Amino acid sequence: MTVEFKAELVIPELYQLFLIAILFVQVLAQGSRMPRAVRWLPWMAGIGVAVSMLSLHSRGVLFTGSYEIDSLSQFFKMTISLGFAVSVLNAVRQPTLDQDKETEYFLFLALSSWGLMLLSSTVELISMILALEVASFSLFPLVPLRSEDRDAAEAGIKYIFSGAGATAIGLLGFSYILAGQHTSYLAELAQKPWAWSQAPMAVAGLTLFLCTIFFKLALFPFHFWAPDVYQGASNETAAYIATLPKVGAAAILIRFAALLTPGLEITTILAVLAAVSITYGNLAALIQKDIKRLLGYSAIAHAGYVVIGLVPGTAEGMAAAAFYIFVYVLMNFACFWVVCRLAADGGNLKLNDLNGLYESSPGLALVLAVGAVALVGLPPTAGFMGKLFLLTAAWEHGYNWLVVVAAVNVAISIYYYLNLVRHAYTQEAPDQTPSPVSHPFFSVFWGACLAALVILFGILPNLVFRLPFPLS
Amino acid sequence: MQGTHLPVLTILIGFPILGCLGLFFIRQSHHVRVFSLAISIVELLLAFPLFGFSLDTPAFQFVEQLPWAPDWGVYYHVGLDGISVLMVGLTLIIFPLCILSSWSYISRRVKEFHFCLLFLSSACVGVFSALDLVLFYLFWEAILIPMYLLVAVWGGPQRQYASLKFVLYTVAGSTLLLVAIIAFRVEGGTFSVPELMTRTFSHDFQCWTFLAMALAFAVKVPMVPFHTWLPAAHVEAPAAGSIILAAILLKMGTYGFLRFCLPLAPEASQSFAPMMIALSIASILYGGAVALGQTDIKKIIAYSSIGHMGFVTLGIFALNLRGSQGALFQMLNHGITTGALFMMVGAVYERSHSREVADNQGLGRYLPAFMGFWGLMAFSSFAFPGTNNFVGEFLILTAAFERNLWVGASTVPGALLASAYMLRLTQKMAWGAPASPREWHDLRMREWVSLLPLAFLVLYIGLAPALFFKVMNPTLTHLMTGLKTQEISVQVSPRARAAPLTEAVVKTQPQGRPGK
Repeated sequence: MTVEFKAELVIPELYQLFLIAILFVQVLAQGSRMPRAVRWLPWMAGIGVAVSMLSLHSRGVLFTGSYEIDSLSQFFKMTISLGFAVSVLNAVRQPTLDQDKETEYFLFLALSSWGLMLLSSTVELISMILALEVASFSLFPLVPLRSEDRDAAEAGIKYIFSGAGATAIGLLGFSYILAGQHTSYLAELAQKPWAWSQAPMAVAGLTLFLCTIFFKLALFPFHFWAPDVYQGASNETAAYIATLPKVGAAAILIRFAALLTPGLEITTILAVLAAVSITYGNLAALIQKDIKRLLGYSAIAHAGYVVIGLVPGTAEGMAAAAFYIFVYVLMNFACFWVVCRLAADGGNLKLNDLNGLYESSPGLALVLAVGAVALVGLPPTAGFMGKLFLLTAAWEHGYNWLVVVAAVNVAISIYYYLNLVRHAYTQEAPDQTPSPVSHPFFSVFWGACLAALVILFGILPNLVFRLPFPLS
Repeated sequence: MQGTHLPVLTILIGFPILGCLGLFFIRQSHHVRVFSLAISIVELLLAFPLFGFSLDTPAFQFVEQLPWAPDWGVYYHVGLDGISVLMVGLTLIIFPLCILSSWSYISRRVKEFHFCLLFLSSACVGVFSALDLVLFYLFWEAILIPMYLLVAVWGGPQRQYASLKFVLYTVAGSTLLLVAIIAFRVEGGTFSVPELMTRTFSHDFQCWTFLAMALAFAVKVPMVPFHTWLPAAHVEAPAAGSIILAAILLKMGTYGFLRFCLPLAPEASQSFAPMMIALSIASILYGGAVALGQTDIKKIIAYSSIGHMGFVTLGIFALNLRGSQGALFQMLNHGITTGALFMMVGAVYERSHSREVADNQGLGRYLPAFMGFWGLMAFSSFAFPGTNNFVGEFLILTAAFERNLWVGASTVPGALLASAYMLRLTQKMAWGAPASPREWHDLRMREWVSLLPLAFLVLYIGLAPALFFKVMNPTLTHLMTGLKTQEISVQVSPRARAAPLTEAVVKTQPQGRPGK
């Protein structure tokens, strides 16, 4: 096992840390003549995407086997840096953020992404918890930063308390795992039995430990925070919370999937939770009027879809889950991008606020339509390919009922996603609305890029599909 | 047939998409129309190599196969056989006519309208030529959104309700189709339709997959009791939307039965045939009876579609050669005739701004050309001898009687109902009083151009169907032999005698020339 530290293996993390350091200095040097963070950070974050893409093929193990750099982790780091770049770009013009808190905002955002990057490489439970906490704690202050908004304060408190609660449960679970299996390394844990009859304490512990991750992923029954936090947080923060933390959670779950084999009690629990989460999220989303709440419930449903990939415990399943979460980030960002652009005053959008979007900005309407259609899972978007892979993987291992539940849910979910399209395309804007904000070229351009990626990976899923699990 | 020939099908699928992209660079509405029409006509010309279709083999032709997501066994795999080549042909003919028929009707968001049309034409060709289940599903669902927009944006006053209903019904139906597709992949090891056709699946498996697929297709056809979206969508859709819906989209359902249900789940098809036949008869009688009570021209034709499609499914599930021939004919015919009828409803609506029969009476004197075409299409619609529908309906009736006397007998009232409502409608439109159309213009050049090809097809298929028999026979015979070998004595009637009778029909039709 390698003990020595090789810096060239962790360039994406170091680069992100470098950004954090600059931001930190800038926070300290507030009032100095440094250019505002929004001027340089988008470029630097863009370079970060390139850096993480270049290091896609690094392989190695660090820190006495607790930190693994493999195809999976590098794929997730690429996803996270891409998501970070989009979030920064998205938050450049944030109406509800005081300008003097801007640098702090980006500092915490960067720190959270850094935590998620670390998370995707950890293969040991303690480092996992540490990385998870770095990612979560830096998110907590972001939620109430929406200026003078009581809902934001409420959402912030909810997020902290439920997050802390989830962490506590996870730590409790960790102690049971350690007591039951005498190791905290995933590779060794994978060798141990995980049936209730053989290792009841460890199975109970693992279930509790997974709760922390379910919280991040907003999987039923740890979903309560999601709609409230989405609604309370500023649009830009919600866009981040809705996407990247889930990538981290999915990375961990995929690491854990090695422990799960079909037929184990814990696998069945996962399958049931997935089914309930999908159904509950979709049903609750049907009646939402606030777009962010709607997307919040849709996120609960999508958490369930990701978990479907872990249930079979096979390489195909894990690859499908990784692909799906990647696609989910893109399609969710596409929707949030439009929401953020439309809410000129940073307020929450209702469905009716989308009326006439097609007339005022056809480009954004198209981006929203592509995002919504992809979230339903209709071809030719990446959402369809992702769902197809997930369902195929699950069927092959006997979870047929889960496949049927997931498929039937497509029919439920199309109603509310189509509602977005319907309001944008077929409803006339009310007459007395103030003349629509003109959307600068780039706000449509970046949205269109997201939409194009969603379609591109739907038509050519192989471009990214093999990255997390080459030759498997 | 896997050679280095021209990738005709890929070109046919890809060309309209390229046209869609081209639309972005055009500003004026008029240019958009001309450009889209040009694209759809060039598309028709590009299909010229399809005349190289060999009539001697049931195998798939013009096959192209490329790996797409090989890790998951998904291939880009297209090809045509005797069933699909006719459907692709129908699609290609209908689309330019759609564009022509909405030339002056669509004045708002013209570019987007034609974008939807071109995208649809691509997806429709895709549906009929896909040989990979995933590819099929992809095209199948890709039709949904543009069709939704056609109804929801350019539709009538109730468009929101109608379009949403259309989407919800279709999606709800097709979710289980996806499950069936995955099940086939897991059981059969491949998504490729030709390969799956060679596998034999257990009876239980066949039953479940049959039901899952049949639901999707039955919603699309639509069969009673899944039909309620159709009248709503038809009435609210703009003329082009109705034409596409009637002429092509409904055929996808019956095409699905022929392409997937029968060959992939032959035993289950036998077992469920009585149920499907019962539903078909219900559709025929129900569609006809309800059509009789309508006052809205579009509704009459919409409900008549339900009846006609009932004949198609009846033919398919009679599970004999004549039934399937009749079904395929009826699919073509219904596309041509009902497409033309909807086109003419659109034309008359542009003049009267009403679809009520009462507002469109007495056209015979003032719009003789229009009424002439209408008469021809109406007669064709209720299967007057000498028109195209006669061939199909005759075959289906024969097949139904051959299967069971009572099945045959209960479809006869359906045929009678069809002539009742069509004659009643035509009579009122031609001679009804008060005559409304004093000021109206008779058919314009554009309308002549869009109706003539269909009128020609009505008579050509009606009088000389031999060519079409030649195209479809190898495939259908192959399909029926496949069914027969799977058969577990569900059926008793001797179907060996079918062939000579069919040939008799083929031979006598052209010379017989039953007068009109």
